[in-house]
Amino acid sequence: MRYAETGFNLEIDLSTGNIERVSTDPKETELHLGGLGTNAKILWERVPPEIEPFSPDNLLIFSSGLLCGTPVPGANRTIISSISPQTLLMAFSMVGGFWAPELKYAGYDKVIIRGKSPDWVYLWINNDKVEIRDATHLQGKSTYETAELIKEELKDPRVQVMAIGLAGENRVYFASIETHRGSASRLGLGAIMGSKKLKAIAVRGTKDVRVARPAELVEACKEILRYIEHRLNNPLPGVPPILARIGSPQEMALHDEEWHTISFAWGHARHRRKDFWNKEVEKMWADALERARKRLISCYNCPVQCAGVIQLPGHPPYIMKCFSKLTYTMAAMVDDLEFGLKIAGRAQHYGLDGYTTPQVLAFALELYEAGILTDEDLAGMPEDIEGRFNWLLDRIVRREGIGDVLADGVYWAARKIGKGAEAYDHNTIKKHEQIPIKLGVTNPIYYLMWSTGEKINITQIEGQIPQAPFSRREEREEFVKDWVHIPTGKEEKFKRFILDWGEPGTAFPYYPSIDVACELVDWQEIMHYIDDSLGICAGLSSFPIKPPYHIHNLPLIISYASGLEMDEDRLWTIATRNRNLVRAINILRGLKKEDERPPEDHWKKRFPEYEAKLLEEYYRYKGWDERGIPTKETLNKLGLNYVSEEFIRRGILRDSEGSS
Amino acid sequence: MAMNEKGEKKKRKVKVIKIDVNKCNGCRACEVICSAFHSQTKYGTNNPSRSRIQVYFDPLKNIYVPVYASEYTPAECAGRNKYIMDGKEYIECAFCGASCPSRDLFKEPDSKLPLKCDMCEEEPPLQEPMCVQWCLNKALTYEEREEEIEEETELKELETGLESLIDRYGRQKLMETLARMAQKE
Repeated sequence: MRYAETGFNLEIDLSTGNIERVSTDPKETELHLGGLGTNAKILWERVPPEIEPFSPDNLLIFSSGLLCGTPVPGANRTIISSISPQTLLMAFSMVGGFWAPELKYAGYDKVIIRGKSPDWVYLWINNDKVEIRDATHLQGKSTYETAELIKEELKDPRVQVMAIGLAGENRVYFASIETHRGSASRLGLGAIMGSKKLKAIAVRGTKDVRVARPAELVEACKEILRYIEHRLNNPLPGVPPILARIGSPQEMALHDEEWHTISFAWGHARHRRKDFWNKEVEKMWADALERARKRLISCYNCPVQCAGVIQLPGHPPYIMKCFSKLTYTMAAMVDDLEFGLKIAGRAQHYGLDGYTTPQVLAFALELYEAGILTDEDLAGMPEDIEGRFNWLLDRIVRREGIGDVLADGVYWAARKIGKGAEAYDHNTIKKHEQIPIKLGVTNPIYYLMWSTGEKINITQIEGQIPQAPFSRREEREEFVKDWVHIPTGKEEKFKRFILDWGEPGTAFPYYPSIDVACELVDWQEIMHYIDDSLGICAGLSSFPIKPPYHIHNLPLIISYASGLEMDEDRLWTIATRNRNLVRAINILRGLKKEDERPPEDHWKKRFPEYEAKLLEEYYRYKGWDERGIPTKETLNKLGLNYVSEEFIRRGILRDSEGSS
Repeated sequence: MAMNEKGEKKKRKVKVIKIDVNKCNGCRACEVICSAFHSQTKYGTNNPSRSRIQVYFDPLKNIYVPVYASEYTPAECAGRNKYIMDGKEYIECAFCGASCPSRDLFKEPDSKLPLKCDMCEEEPPLQEPMCVQWCLNKALTYEEREEEIEEETELKELETGLESLIDRYGRQKLMETLARMAQKE
């Protein structure tokens, strides 16, 4: 008997039209849990580094997390994995909503897509009935329109849909896959879906998902709900309002945007506007949001209302959450929030990443100002900034003219344009656009996270700790009192880190000490890897400060739901195994130490020697060699002998290495 | 205690779930816990399509309507209702809780037997039905009040189920099937 998971994957070959229901090995669940972990295992086995992102042999995997479909609150994430057209590394993007639980109820843990369809199709999964259906009539339709048309066609409003828009159809490198309530937006997975001519996947399921120890699981869930309720009513004191809550930053509910607008950079990650925020702006922005926002809503089985239904007169409605509220407004250097709300909606209908897109648009206009892109390149572009952003957006998703170049993202576009455009590629890491943050002095914790994070997105590795010290000692003492989240054995050290932070001599980059920085970053990262295998939303777990889920209650919840024997050590080992497997895939694909660094101007004051030492120590802490490659010893200890053998076979590791 | 003879008045506890559609955040936690609570092994399985509450929602129209499964009915209404409120058009029968032949709602997915909300009745009684307990946004709240009613016999769950099978297959066929099954045992 399989619990929490269904024990079946759907294998779809779009080239041949073959559909198979394949039972999975329960051993894999013990080793990797599910979601990202088992996705990585499949990619390791079946997508060798010679396979190009747009090759029919590349896989596109839609996975539920292990706990999706059980009563565990917030376990609703779909983990989509493939090889990114932009970074040429493993891509994994997560999305909330309702799709993953529906897939479980249909009787599957994953849908694995291979091949390439000759014509546009969509997949219809209705319990045991699975069909590849014609989608030529959906070509060119927006992500939302596609979902609505499919639901109408199938005559069932409860069907859950993942769809791409025009951007994915045209293989824009930052195209997203959209579903009701969210976007899998990072790393160009929409382009992979487009390359396979798969317009959408519709799912409806009416089967049971079993859990192993029902009564205990429901008690544990009630405990989680009680804590969520407590945190909803009691924002954390002493931190900016936007960081004081659980869920993703509550930007659909809160109007205080001081933190983002003054500490993040505007334009193409260029300008700080430290005096931007005032009462007048707050009033204007609050009015704009309240006019547009029809309701606050949630993902499946989660009470936290992170998202908003947004509708402006004359514009089609869409669903928004988090920082994408601000990304377009800030990139365009426009003071009017309504502009951002409008264009973000257009971009979501096209199916575009709300983090990368505004950066690409601002980058193009920067090149124009510098004379690198000319009037000829941009013939027909309007004069006003709002018009320009929309004009460029329309060209990118259609790959028209300059849009065709920009559709590959900043890194590739800069190299294609040449004429010094490379110098304007100043905010990418591993070829991927980053959130626009440019600060003063190297922060050792963030330095390691930006450098080594393999999701290549800071929000997918950070969490757990405040981003600045509490000013008063009493606040720090209060904070550590109920800080139960710390892994066993680290309590003293991490509490000391908070208690001392803010005293004289605790300035960046030398605070915290290298060993503490390594341990903190490892903890932050491991919690994300746990969530991504379970399908639990980071907003309830790895992302906020003092979240409902942590390393001490998760093992029991996993055990009650799945029947797996689990404790803190085992869970940590599984997450570490998954983390090393993702790295192994990327090492085979050419990931190098040189790629692991934040942009030069990320901080004004840098400490090259100290940073090098930080990275070196962190690699050692992770069990990686000086090149950042997991050693044979590390791999074999995690049961990844097949990885070390492949590394040796390919000459990446020497046979004697790490075996001492 | 009141007499149970026909025509006698009896005091009855009326259980009310108040549904504030403006507070519904569309998370369907009510469906999750309802289906788990009514699982054959309590909480042993989850399957929202077995839930006796269903949230009808259409986010782009800003429509959220939690509906409870009410009576089984063998025939659909002579005419259907379509509500338009504040300019928003709701699907036909959006507010109806009947397990009815016109739609798939409120039927066991395998057997198609009708589902009906029982307010999570059990011994000892719960303070509130599970859906209310799991609705942290308070779109669902619970009230009790006393009412005087005429006593009447209510169909038990089994009778309701059998009645629906009779409607589907005919009394004769059902009796034959039961007889045949009994012989096998």
